[in-house]
Amino acid sequence: MTSPDGVAIEVRSLWKIFGPRAERVLGGPDAELDPGELRAKTGCVAAVRDVSFTVRPGEVFVVMGLSGSGKSTLVRCLTRLVEPTAGEIAISGEDVRAASPAQLRDLRRNRVSMVFQHFGLLPHRKVVDNVAYGLEVQGVPRRQRHERARAILSLVGLDGFAEARPDQLSGGMQQRVGLARALAADPEVLLFDEPFSALDPLIRRDMQAEVVRLHREVGKTMLFITHDLSEALKLGERIAIMRAGSIVQLGTPEELVGAPADDYVADFVRDVPRSEVLSLRWICRSPADDEHLDGPALPAGTIIRDAVPAAMESARPIRVVEGDELLGVVDRLDILTAMSGRAGTGS
Amino acid sequence: MTSQAPPAAPVQAVPPAAPRAAVRPPRWVVPVAGIVAAVAVYLAFRGAATLPHDDDAAPFRFVNDVRAWVDANRNQSPVFLFFVNYVRLFIGGLYDTFLLALQAPGWAGLIGIAAALGWLAGGWRIGLLSALGFASFGVLGLWEASVATLALVLTAVLLSLVIGLPLGIWAGHSPRLRRLLSPVLDVMQIMPTFAYLAPMVLFFQIGPASGAVATLIYSIPPAIRIAALAMEQVSPTAVEASVSLGATRRQTLFKVELPMARATLGLAVNQTIMMALSMVVIAALIAAPGLGSDIIRGLTRANVGLMLPAGIAIVIMAIVLDRMTMSAAARPPYPVTGGRARIGPRLRWAVAAVLVAAGLALGRVLPAEFPEEWVLRFAAPVNEAVNWAKFSWYGVTDAIRNLTTEVLLNPLQAVLTGAPWWLVTAVAIAVAWRTGGLRTAVVAAGCLSAVALIGLWQHTMETLTTVLVAVALTLLIGLLLGVAAARSPRFAAVQRPLLDAAQTMPAFVYLLPALALFGATRFTAIFASVIYAVPPVIRLVEDGIRNVSPAAVEAALSCGSTERQLLWKVRLPLARPAIRLAANQGIVMTLAMVVVGGLVGAGGLGYDVVSGFSQRTDFGMGFAAGVATVLLGILLDRITQGADRRPSPRTSDRTTTRKKRIA
Repeated sequence: MTSPDGVAIEVRSLWKIFGPRAERVLGGPDAELDPGELRAKTGCVAAVRDVSFTVRPGEVFVVMGLSGSGKSTLVRCLTRLVEPTAGEIAISGEDVRAASPAQLRDLRRNRVSMVFQHFGLLPHRKVVDNVAYGLEVQGVPRRQRHERARAILSLVGLDGFAEARPDQLSGGMQQRVGLARALAADPEVLLFDEPFSALDPLIRRDMQAEVVRLHREVGKTMLFITHDLSEALKLGERIAIMRAGSIVQLGTPEELVGAPADDYVADFVRDVPRSEVLSLRWICRSPADDEHLDGPALPAGTIIRDAVPAAMESARPIRVVEGDELLGVVDRLDILTAMSGRAGTGS
Repeated sequence: MTSQAPPAAPVQAVPPAAPRAAVRPPRWVVPVAGIVAAVAVYLAFRGAATLPHDDDAAPFRFVNDVRAWVDANRNQSPVFLFFVNYVRLFIGGLYDTFLLALQAPGWAGLIGIAAALGWLAGGWRIGLLSALGFASFGVLGLWEASVATLALVLTAVLLSLVIGLPLGIWAGHSPRLRRLLSPVLDVMQIMPTFAYLAPMVLFFQIGPASGAVATLIYSIPPAIRIAALAMEQVSPTAVEASVSLGATRRQTLFKVELPMARATLGLAVNQTIMMALSMVVIAALIAAPGLGSDIIRGLTRANVGLMLPAGIAIVIMAIVLDRMTMSAAARPPYPVTGGRARIGPRLRWAVAAVLVAAGLALGRVLPAEFPEEWVLRFAAPVNEAVNWAKFSWYGVTDAIRNLTTEVLLNPLQAVLTGAPWWLVTAVAIAVAWRTGGLRTAVVAAGCLSAVALIGLWQHTMETLTTVLVAVALTLLIGLLLGVAAARSPRFAAVQRPLLDAAQTMPAFVYLLPALALFGATRFTAIFASVIYAVPPVIRLVEDGIRNVSPAAVEAALSCGSTERQLLWKVRLPLARPAIRLAANQGIVMTLAMVVVGGLVGAGGLGYDVVSGFSQRTDFGMGFAAGVATVLLGILLDRITQGADRRPSPRTSDRTTTRKKRIA
């Protein structure tokens, strides 16, 4: 947030290749091979291939992909839990790849923290000591770090559980502890590695709501890894879809659903209810000659479903406007078509 | 399962090898042809190219010369002057320190300390057990010897842990070091204990120092292995979380990994102590002090009454130390909230202090020596009982012994020693090739030709005979009991505590009943090694069968298998890796025991080793026999382990097919 150029995380041409002599693969012709061939020829696995993106301060950025697409490796490269093979990473303008071990520790201690899929709590410590662990390794005195840990625990809704042991808590509560631990050092950036995949659907929904609430309250930059499209659409301001180590498309939920970059993405978003994601911009058309242009006006960013009441009140086509400019019109039939889920008929 | 798969099996479940199988001859053709050929060659060349034993072979003389040189140069050669002698002095000094520390509080004081440690480790039960256990050393009339043994064990264990735990923790983090250590530890673990006593004498002379080093070598592998395992078992996410919060490697090690690995590290300590306890007895052969010397004397003189008290004392020491370390390791790392009211830490230490003080105070009042009138002496009645048993059961024991000797031992030995050495080697290579591929075959060829070269072919064949018979019996009994236990929970519940007890006992103890029943013969060694090796075999077989995937069992049941079909077609085949591991363990343990059996008339290599210690002229032969046992151990281990490791194309595609069908 303090970054001068307004970029929280910047990743450029990042590569991570696992296996013997990974550097040799890079830059050579082998780097272009598809994963199976690469593995057969060199014994290497390219988990992250030439990935670039930027995250704005305060944004929730989601990286989505199926298992094995390299998304977990990607997030670990950001703080060098996994050492990248090549590329540039900057967090708030600071070059992570050039950081010395001490600088890297400082980055992990104070500025970036992470929430894990399997929680990674320490069973031999009380909840409060788990939350305070990050402060403990920084050398914060006991009284002070406990005070901070208790405050964070109440922020995540775990008042009264400070003295419990992690294994006495349910899965959802354990992940709240994981969240609290990540928040304890008040970092600028939070990384989430599939944090809710191991939870029941109902608890998962609660936790997603919790993240949305926390994001509103504390306004951290968040980078969220998931394999669940609905989770990605719910949380992400922008979403990057990964496949076999590369980003195949990066955009807002609307862009992904409205204009998938290729068949892979199209296949992914096929079952998404379009009327709940797309805005009128995606279905408006130029008015026909005989149409009346005195119907209600709605901004182009209105979600299709939210246009239903207006369409019900007036039989006239809805005018879709951007500022003062008329983009086009949408009538009842257009809205019904979009809501019935048949793709491609709107335009 | 495979043969009864329903016709509707999915298409991809057809094994890819199916078309080839039609062309290949049946599986049994090659082995049967091999056996026929071997028998034919044996009949044609019987008695030719045997390598009869020669007490004065050139390799033996060479070792004798080396020893003479070492003895002459012990105080001149820089290697000895600046390294070996210092190691000897240091370890000897450590032993003396422990001995002094244990003797200082007097017998009552030491019992008090033991009780306090037991109390701290596991509450009043363990405290009481420790107190009674230590008191029994006095009652058995073996206080001094027990304290000496304890000091030797503590010396060896301390060194093992100081070297082994850091090495293991390091190996847990570094796959490269693990790859480097693994074969070394393998060899250390299959080396029969007898084998490295002779080199100890060569370097460290006889006495407590060389006894401690021998014990150290024997007890360090579990310390390293289990510590490495403990590190690997720590949840990787917890470690990653710690690193992601900016902890240094040191902080992660001390705040996350070591606390989370505590229970397993406790197990490492426990296993190290147990191994050390069984080795200190054997170390008595090279004049290590303590209980071992009584046991060795009893064994060599076939005097059960002499060794029984020492045997009991060793078992009690093993039980006390085992329970103490296990309950210390099992203590929850934090106070359990709720449930029974717990005793606060301050009170715990207070009680411990009171126990120690009480022991020391009693020591003031009571005589310094353990009172003679409290000692129970039962050597004479025991010997009478043994004689009576020998006499009255003579018919039964003699029949068993003669039957095994006549039907199994003698014919097999006649074949192995009568066949040309190259035929035996060729057969061993063929078997090794079949079970473990080229590399195992090379190892087999190397081991057997080395045995022939060092001049111990005949004795090795004699020992191999005994081992083979003992292994056959061990596997038969182990499989039967293991399968029974896996099928009947009630039987398993009865058997389990017996197995637990059997596995706590030091190996030597098993020679006791064997000697009492059968006198000093080859069969005694077989009997002892069977009861020594059967418990782990049972346990591995039982676990293997029990851990067969419930989905597979369910699927087979839903196809309408009978119990019998379930066992033969599903459970046993799927438990095959575990059964192979059981065979491997059984063979390694049996070999160790058969060699020790040299003390009680088993002959072969074990006898050579023993006589190497008692007669200076035989030192070379004893040394060579130690090497030969190691070679034999490696040979047998590789052959059985090869069978376990090699994913043979046949088994692997069969298992994948099975998995696919189940899925």
